[in-house]
Amino acid sequence: MSFSSLAILTLIGSFLMLRGFQTFQSEGLHFITGFEWTSTVNDGVETSTFGLGSMLIGTLLISGTALVIGVPLSVLTALYLNFYAPMQIRKFMVTILDLMAAFPSILYGLWGYFILMPMAEYWAKLLYKYLGWIPAFSVPQPAFTRSPFVAGLVLAIMIIPIITSVSREVFSQTPLDRIQAAYALGATKWKMIKTVVLPFGSGGVVGGAMLGLGRAMGETVAVYMVLNIAFSANLKVLYGVGGNVASMIVSRWGESTLLESKALLAAGFVLFMMTLAVNFLANFIVKRAIKSGK
Amino acid sequence: MTTYAPTKPWQPTKVDIGKNVLGLLIALVVSFVVVQLTPMKGKLAYAGVLFISATVIQVGMKWISRGRMAAIDGLASSIAFTGSVIVFLPVVSILYTTISKGVKGLHWTLFTDSMENSSYLDPIGMGGILHAIVGTMYMIIIASVISVPLSILTALYLTEIKGKAAGFIQFLVQAMSGVPSVVAGIFIYAALLLNTSFRGSGITGALPLAILMIPTVTRTAQEVLLLIPNDLREAGQALGATQWKTVITIVVPAARSGLVTAVILGVARIAGETAPLLFTIGGSDKVNWNPFNGPQSALPYYVWKGLISGTPEAVQRSWTAILVLLMIVLFFFSIARYFSRQRMK
Repeated sequence: MSFSSLAILTLIGSFLMLRGFQTFQSEGLHFITGFEWTSTVNDGVETSTFGLGSMLIGTLLISGTALVIGVPLSVLTALYLNFYAPMQIRKFMVTILDLMAAFPSILYGLWGYFILMPMAEYWAKLLYKYLGWIPAFSVPQPAFTRSPFVAGLVLAIMIIPIITSVSREVFSQTPLDRIQAAYALGATKWKMIKTVVLPFGSGGVVGGAMLGLGRAMGETVAVYMVLNIAFSANLKVLYGVGGNVASMIVSRWGESTLLESKALLAAGFVLFMMTLAVNFLANFIVKRAIKSGK
Repeated sequence: MTTYAPTKPWQPTKVDIGKNVLGLLIALVVSFVVVQLTPMKGKLAYAGVLFISATVIQVGMKWISRGRMAAIDGLASSIAFTGSVIVFLPVVSILYTTISKGVKGLHWTLFTDSMENSSYLDPIGMGGILHAIVGTMYMIIIASVISVPLSILTALYLTEIKGKAAGFIQFLVQAMSGVPSVVAGIFIYAALLLNTSFRGSGITGALPLAILMIPTVTRTAQEVLLLIPNDLREAGQALGATQWKTVITIVVPAARSGLVTAVILGVARIAGETAPLLFTIGGSDKVNWNPFNGPQSALPYYVWKGLISGTPEAVQRSWTAILVLLMIVLFFFSIARYFSRQRMK
C-alpha cells in the first residue's frame, strides 16, 4: 500500500510522457527553447509550432517576484512569532496562517482580480514613476494591468504560509544553549537573532523558499485570473504581458485540437519535472537544516 | 505589619506608556501634515509616512534613554511586527470582501435549485447551486474513500513498521505533495479520457483530488502517530501482542482523533481545488446523483464558470458560491482545530 505514492508518481510521469511523446519528437529541443506557440488548420492540414520558452521565462519571472516579496515577509513573520509575540498573538497568527494555507486558490484569484489588482496597478505606477530607470521596472508601453507583478503579489500571499511555517520550525530548532550564551554575553534580542538564529536557520529558510517556489510554479487558477497570458518573452515585471506554464495549459485547453492538446500534455510533463526537481532539492535542504540542530 | 507588593521592574511604567502614546500621537500628526503639504496622497501615503515617523520617534526615544544598541533592537522588533501585520492584512481583506460581496447573492432557492432552467445571466433570484453542492459532496466522499486508506496505511508503515523502504517512501510522499494540481488533472485526462469512450464524470473528477489529498493526510497522520508515547507500544508487546495487533488495538485507537484531524485537513485542502476539475469533471448544470455516469459539477467549477462569463450577474453568482465554499472549508477547518485541541489535552 505504501508504494502507492511511487506508483502514482510513476504513472503521472509515464502517461504525460507517453501522450506528449509525439510533440517531443516533432519539436525536439525547440519545445523548451522556442518562443512561438501556434496551431492553425488550413483545409484539414494542421500546421503548428510549439515552443514553451516564453511560458518558462514567465513562470520563473512570476515565481521569482513572488519569492522576492514573500520571503522577507515570511522570515519577519516567523521571527516575530517565535521571538517577539506574546503567547495569545502567536496562537492567533498561527491559526490565521493555517487558514491562509487552506483558502482555495480560486478565492485568491477572485480577490486578486477584483480587490488587489486596482491597488497593485497604482503601486506599479508608483514604482515605474520613481524606479523606472531600473531595466526590470521599465515598460515599453504604459500598460500595467494584469502584469507579472500583480500575479507575483498574489502568489507571494499564497506561499507565505508555507515559507513561514518552515522558517518557524527551523528557527525553533536553534539550540537553546547558544541562545542563552548570546544573552549571557549581553546581546540584545536582535543581536542574538542576528548572530545565532539567522546563521543557524538560513539553510532552512532557503529550503522553505524553494518549497514555496515549487508551489508558485504550479499555481494555475489564481495566476490565470490576474495575468494577461501571451506568448512573448517578457522580462519586464510591471508590463501587462506574461505567462505561466500551468495557466497556459488551462487557457489553451478549451479550443485545442488533438495535436495541440498533446503538446499541452507535454507541457504538463515539463512542469511536473520542474516542480519535482525543485521539491526534491527543497526537501533535501530543509531536512539537512533541521537535522543540524539535533 | 506591612506587606510588600512585588515590583516588576521589567514592565512598562505609566510614564513609559504615556511616552509611547505621545510618540504615536506625534507620528499621527506628522503623517497628516506631511501628506497635506507634499504631493503624496492616498491611503498608502498615510500608512507609509505614519509607519516611518512612528518608527523614527520610537527608535529616537530609545536611543536617548537607553543607547544605540537598544535603538537598533527596537527598530528590528518594530520591523518584524510590521512584517506580520502586512501578512495579516490580506486575510482580513479576503474574508471581508468575500462576506460582503457574497451575502448580496444569497436567496432562498439557492440551496434547493440548480442551474438547469436558468442561465448565469438571469437575475440573481433565479437558479441555485444545489448541483454544485451535490457535486462537491461527491468529490469529497469519493476522494476520501480512495485516499484515506492509502494515506493511513502509508503513515503506519512509515512510523510503526519503519521498514527498509521507509526513507525512500518518505521522500516520495514529500515529492507527491509538490505535484501541481493542474498536473494531477491532466494526468487523469491523459490516462482515462483522451482517446477513450469515457467522458468526464464525478469519479474522474474525484481521482485527481485523491492524488492531491494523499500527501496531506499521510504527513499529518504521521505527525499524530509520532506523538503516541512509546510506552503504549512497549506495553502492548510486553503483553504478548504481535506488532500488527499492537498497532490495530492500541496505537490506532489512541491516535483516533488525530487521524480524524488528518482526514479533515485533507478534505479542506481539496474542497476548493479548481484546476484539475476543469479537465475531468465534465461540467453540468443539472443535479447529477450518479457519480459514475454523466457530467458532474462542483462549487469551484461553478465559481470558475461564472467568472469566465464575466457579466455582473455571473460574477455575483461566483462571489456567492465562493462564500458557500469558504464556509464549507472553514467548517472543516474548525472541526480539525477542535479535534487537534482535544488531542493536546
